[in-house]
Amino acid sequence: MSTAMETDVTAGFEMVVGLEVHVQLKTQTKAFCGCSTNFGAPPNQNTCPVCLALPGALPVLNARAVELALRVALGFGFTVNARSIFARKNYFYPDLPKGYQISQHDTPIAEHGRLDIGLLINGEPRVIGITRAHMEEDAGKSIHDRYESATAVDLNRSGVPLVEIVSEPEMRSPEEAGAYLRTLKQILLYLDISDCNMEEGSLRVDANVSARPFGQVRLGTKCEVKNMNSFSGVERALAAEFRRQCGVLVAGGSVQQQTLLWDGAKGEIRPARSKEGSSDYRYFPEPDLPPLLISDAELARVRETLPELPAARRARYAAMKLSEYDVQELTADPATGPFFEAVLALHADAKSVANWVNGEVRAVVNERDTAWDAMSLEPARLAALIDLVRDGVVSSSAAKKIFAQLLVSTDTPRAIAERDGLVQVRDDNALAGWVDEVLAEHPVEAARYAAGEKKLVGLLVGLVMKKSQGRADPKLVNQLLSSRATG
Amino acid sequence: MAVSDADVLHVAALARLAMPADRVPALVRELNGILDHMAVLETVDVTSVGDDARTAMPRRDDIVGSVPLARPLAQFAPSPRDGFLLVPRLSTHSQLGATEGDE
Ligand SMILES: [Zn+2]
Repeated sequence: MSTAMETDVTAGFEMVVGLEVHVQLKTQTKAFCGCSTNFGAPPNQNTCPVCLALPGALPVLNARAVELALRVALGFGFTVNARSIFARKNYFYPDLPKGYQISQHDTPIAEHGRLDIGLLINGEPRVIGITRAHMEEDAGKSIHDRYESATAVDLNRSGVPLVEIVSEPEMRSPEEAGAYLRTLKQILLYLDISDCNMEEGSLRVDANVSARPFGQVRLGTKCEVKNMNSFSGVERALAAEFRRQCGVLVAGGSVQQQTLLWDGAKGEIRPARSKEGSSDYRYFPEPDLPPLLISDAELARVRETLPELPAARRARYAAMKLSEYDVQELTADPATGPFFEAVLALHADAKSVANWVNGEVRAVVNERDTAWDAMSLEPARLAALIDLVRDGVVSSSAAKKIFAQLLVSTDTPRAIAERDGLVQVRDDNALAGWVDEVLAEHPVEAARYAAGEKKLVGLLVGLVMKKSQGRADPKLVNQLLSSRATG
Repeated sequence: MAVSDADVLHVAALARLAMPADRVPALVRELNGILDHMAVLETVDVTSVGDDARTAMPRRDDIVGSVPLARPLAQFAPSPRDGFLLVPRLSTHSQLGATEGDE
């Protein structure tokens, strides 16, 4: 398909996107029973009478799940309902042993949140409304392709606590949807309520998308797209589905409401094999669970435990006169900031600490795919290394060699510098000796330099550095040479 | 509120229950009997009953430890295999296909 054709089909149409994000809460146990939520256990190992739906078993709500849901509510500026109701969402599927999912329907725990996803071209903040966040339990897992003509069911995930975050249909492009998801995930990670790992299914996205002519107020018929396993997959799926709908409208047809699956490998949208009547969920209040009451005191307690969120941290770092790039990098994930600040507490120059953290240190973290706090690099040792550079004890290039050693040795940076002969030579006699030798070995250049040809200083410093095997302090060598030229 | 034959057939279909036509009238009667009883309950004045500690949702600590099964799952599940529970493949997945979007 040519670019020109794509442009033709979508020209004059506006994309309207709403997103539903399911987030698995970071609890030890399931929402309504004491089974472990440990990922990767043998099939059906983490099950009990409650999550297998054996007759007579009754659910008891996990206090931690409520606490984490309240963190979500506070983190996105939701209004928390003092009284929320669990409901049964009925549908028939083999990985849903009760025949219903415990969810929240008309009275969720939180409503009316919002998310600032960046700036518009005119500098105004772009804020997306979030309709609601509700608590629910996950279903089990159905595996259709493992055994011939049978579906294999694993109920380890059955009953795992989720929060579903439902946005308003306020996004207008795949890029906005991507920004919403990335910002949402960043805040969720700061809130420390979920691993947000799309590959392991702890964060799942369903997208509702419709097309309408620009200027039309009424929303077009929406379709739901599922099965995306990355944020860029969501963006690509939205673009593909929008193009499909525009094609239907341009051809004079009408969009049929349906559920579609994204095939990331092929980059295609295809209709989901329908689950007949599955939209008729016959919600009713869960009779086994009384209303969930949240007092002002409880909410205040949770608010006190809220960590610093990305926007606040960015503002604090920007006030340190760090560049926009440094601020973004240092706040991209929740763990970099504390490491940065631990080093900063020992070495006060924010800019050099940021350079190290965003440069050498991040490279190691990325390369090893490790966590900041799991890396064998104590902030104090990095601070000591940065001090050595500041004080001219070692050069910047020597510091990088020392840094590599810091990760495999328990020695101090200074000890490593001395051991490996990386301490800059700043002793005047030694430096003067090297300078004399270089001038003696290069009489022509020495004469021209002495006669006032200043640009030769670079060449001569280089020769001295070479002679010293990189150990001479180039600044001092420079000064020495200057004094020779004028003296 | 009363249910009709059509309601009963609709709900049966959603629950994947086979429903012989001659069972429908009796079920309609039974369900409407339940709804009539609910209508009586709805007339009870509960305005003085508020939410308090006795009616609020109890919560449990997030500590692993569930009620053990009286018998191992494999002894009462219909078709256990390699730890999985096998069920007939759904008509929606009659052609072999990968696991798809969850409900
Ligand atoms: Zn359980």
